Amino acid sequence: MGRNKATLLRKFHQARWDEEIICEMSVPGERGILVPRVEREIEAEVGDGVSMIPEGLRREKPAALPEVNQVRVLRHYLRLSQETMGADMTVDASEGTCTMKYSPKVHEQLVGNPGLRDIHPLQDEDTLQGILEVYFRLEEFLKEISGLDHFSFQPGGGAQGVYANACMVRAWHEARKDENRSEIITTLFSHPCDAASPATAGYKVVTLMPDESGYPDLEAMKAALSERTAGIFITNPEDTGIYNPRIDEFVKAAHEVGALCAYDQANANGILGITRAKEAGFDLCHFNIHKTFSSPHACMGHSTGAVGVAGELGRFLPVPRVTYNGTKYRLEYDRPESIGRVRCFFGNASTILRAYAWILQHGADGLREVAECSVLNNNYLLKKLSEIPGVVIQYAEGKRRLEQVRYSWDKLKQDTGVGTEDVMRRMADFGLQHYWMSHPPWIVPEPFTLEPCESYSKDDLDEYVAVLRQISREAYQDPQLVKNAPHNSVVHRVPSPGIDEPERIAVTWRQYQRKKRADSVKPQS
Amino acid sequence: MKTLGLIVNPVAGMGGRVGLKGSDGPEVLRLARERGATPEAPRRVSQALAAFAGTGDPVQWITCPGEMGEDVCRGVGLAPLVLSSIRGRETTWEDTERAAGLLLERGVDLLLFAGGDGTARNVCTAVGSRLVTLGIPAGVKIHSAVYAVTPRDAGELARRFLQGGLRSVREGEVMDIDEESYRQGVVDARLYGYLRVPVEDRYVQRMKAGGVASEAQALAGMAEEVVDSMQESEVFAIGPGTTTRAIMERLGLPGTLLGVDVVCNRRLVARDVSERELMDLTAGRRVKIVITVIGGQGYILGRGNQQIGPTLLRQVGKQGLLVIATKEKLASLGGRPLLVDTGDEALNRQLSGYLRVITGYEDYAIYKVGHS
Repeated sequence: MGRNKATLLRKFHQARWDEEIICEMSVPGERGILVPRVEREIEAEVGDGVSMIPEGLRREKPAALPEVNQVRVLRHYLRLSQETMGADMTVDASEGTCTMKYSPKVHEQLVGNPGLRDIHPLQDEDTLQGILEVYFRLEEFLKEISGLDHFSFQPGGGAQGVYANACMVRAWHEARKDENRSEIITTLFSHPCDAASPATAGYKVVTLMPDESGYPDLEAMKAALSERTAGIFITNPEDTGIYNPRIDEFVKAAHEVGALCAYDQANANGILGITRAKEAGFDLCHFNIHKTFSSPHACMGHSTGAVGVAGELGRFLPVPRVTYNGTKYRLEYDRPESIGRVRCFFGNASTILRAYAWILQHGADGLREVAECSVLNNNYLLKKLSEIPGVVIQYAEGKRRLEQVRYSWDKLKQDTGVGTEDVMRRMADFGLQHYWMSHPPWIVPEPFTLEPCESYSKDDLDEYVAVLRQISREAYQDPQLVKNAPHNSVVHRVPSPGIDEPERIAVTWRQYQRKKRADSVKPQS
Repeated sequence: MKTLGLIVNPVAGMGGRVGLKGSDGPEVLRLARERGATPEAPRRVSQALAAFAGTGDPVQWITCPGEMGEDVCRGVGLAPLVLSSIRGRETTWEDTERAAGLLLERGVDLLLFAGGDGTARNVCTAVGSRLVTLGIPAGVKIHSAVYAVTPRDAGELARRFLQGGLRSVREGEVMDIDEESYRQGVVDARLYGYLRVPVEDRYVQRMKAGGVASEAQALAGMAEEVVDSMQESEVFAIGPGTTTRAIMERLGLPGTLLGVDVVCNRRLVARDVSERELMDLTAGRRVKIVITVIGGQGYILGRGNQQIGPTLLRQVGKQGLLVIATKEKLASLGGRPLLVDTGDEALNRQLSGYLRVITGYEDYAIYKVGHS
């Protein structure tokens, strides 16, 4: 039993259930919970209850929810969970740029505490003092980590944080009556939201292509800067894991034309306690509180894009701000120059609490150790993977990466016809989660992006390397074996229509039924 | 069963090894043979066909007799149907065009052809956009963006296309240079048309495509950006290419794919103008020139759009040049600069440096421009 000690490979087979969609399991009249009738005394006092709801808010007919009993619901979701390759099931070095570190489970006890679980953002702030104190203290931590002066945790994710920063850049220039600044500059290997979020905020976007060495091109930046430039939005280290060593020169050049500089620190895991936005001269930054400071990466769900600013820019932060007068924490809304809210209420409290706990667990030295371990892990993986036939590492040849690397199977593809998607599907046969390939556009051919974080041991990484080495060997010996993968997993190939093919997408059951009736949901060939 | 047409230009590439810069015409071919040139194409086509040999794929091959396809097919163990009305020896470009026409009539799923720019031109003349085609690089001159990078790639790509693994098709430029001028050191590259070729997917994201704009959206955005910028009585010279065509489509004007069209006040002033006509139409006016990358080497001026001559370019200057290209197109240059070749060294230098390229609506890239 157990993993093969010589090869480090596992004999894995995932459960496969021919499970229906929950809506298809519905049996009219079947119930999970039989709600008892209300006592006569209460009915006499309150009436039927429903009539207390204003007429305009009442449903005319019951919601079309699936009618399924408890046992079948439990069985259904347990089966689905067996068909899922979750982050805690496997060595999740796969999701480069997502920082899939281990999130301590004690945090779930904290956020499950009724003191947090049962509160509501509309409660009187006198009754929210505990969580407001956590907000206030976490802001102090992030000020220290970044060197900037003020933070808001209102945005619900990284891209929304970048949007808030773009709004603050505009507010800053407008307050100075400098209203002709319509352009934001970013780099191709910055996160796509550094272009998309400012565009959503109404800016024109200028993208710098990498130079031949893979670094952002400083001369191109100087050619792009003008009196129309409102700001630069840059990720560093970039998506390739390469740290731009001339970042201060980029910032200086932007400041010289009166532009502001926003630092996308969604990839902060490799720089905690080592470099700070302040020392590089940035005016704004954002952190993904989830991922870097624990809480699983979660697409606008349990996530927070903390936005930080220097000095006077604090006037423009979203409301409400959490303030403290020495005796009491307050939610302050009366800030006339604020860009306002970027979403409702005041951020994802559970993410804030997890991050606060995680930072307390580590302390200042621990944060630096996180960065050092994640960079060490990454460079160990880089060294081992670079020895695998078919793997290529493009750009900045011979230079060390920080916490992640964008690799390429281009050579493997040319030698054997086996590409990155084939390798990815084959990984599931060894019990590993598929990997993240690349943000668009695909400049690196046949890409895959790995980020081993600080959580994984040498043994974890050795197993990961062993799987990729095995797949490379198979590709050279029997390419069809890899191309036809997975063999031991749930779904062979998942169709993935583009977002610009709405006729092939159904995101609700009702939509699915309608499109299926219209015969417009066609399986992908 | 899928059908695959194959046309081999048996003399493609012969001029290259002996320094003749091409193999067009019987006289040059005679010279090449005198200098000891041997056929290059059969070896290269065999490399491409190796992708199919022994696979048992249910593919019906249809090809020309002898040296134009049959010999190579049989050499790798394939049993093709042979077009008997084509000669098997001492064939010319006319045989290529006739064979392509016959394969079009048969409606093959893919037409593979081996050669260089001249062969691509012949295929383009015969089938236009009515068939999906793919070039096996075997010729001396490969300026056309319809060839796979290597013969082996061509075979792999063809096989994946027939198996349904590749779904997208793009329009690739068919270009050719005048060999006689080229031998005298002058590059006179013309854009002859477009062929439909399967998309090589190395740079195309298929999984997790959420939020990724398609090329069609990017084209629409670029067209909108240019049209939005059009000021009253300003003259726009719209250069050739499928990218610039999107602007004429956005304006609802009947532009030309291969020529330069002139637009003013969003109305068509002239189609497919010569350099002289363009000079006359723009004299004394505010002018913008809209161009795009033509061919795989990154040229924005001097390949396929020579109607936009140095005199006008000097007048308009760098600020009057609107270059449009998708980010993917720029990325595919692998960091190499865009190129200008106006025929005037001083002007080439003036146009070099960093240029703002329109990559979408209110979306730009800064990219380096060099000169040959």
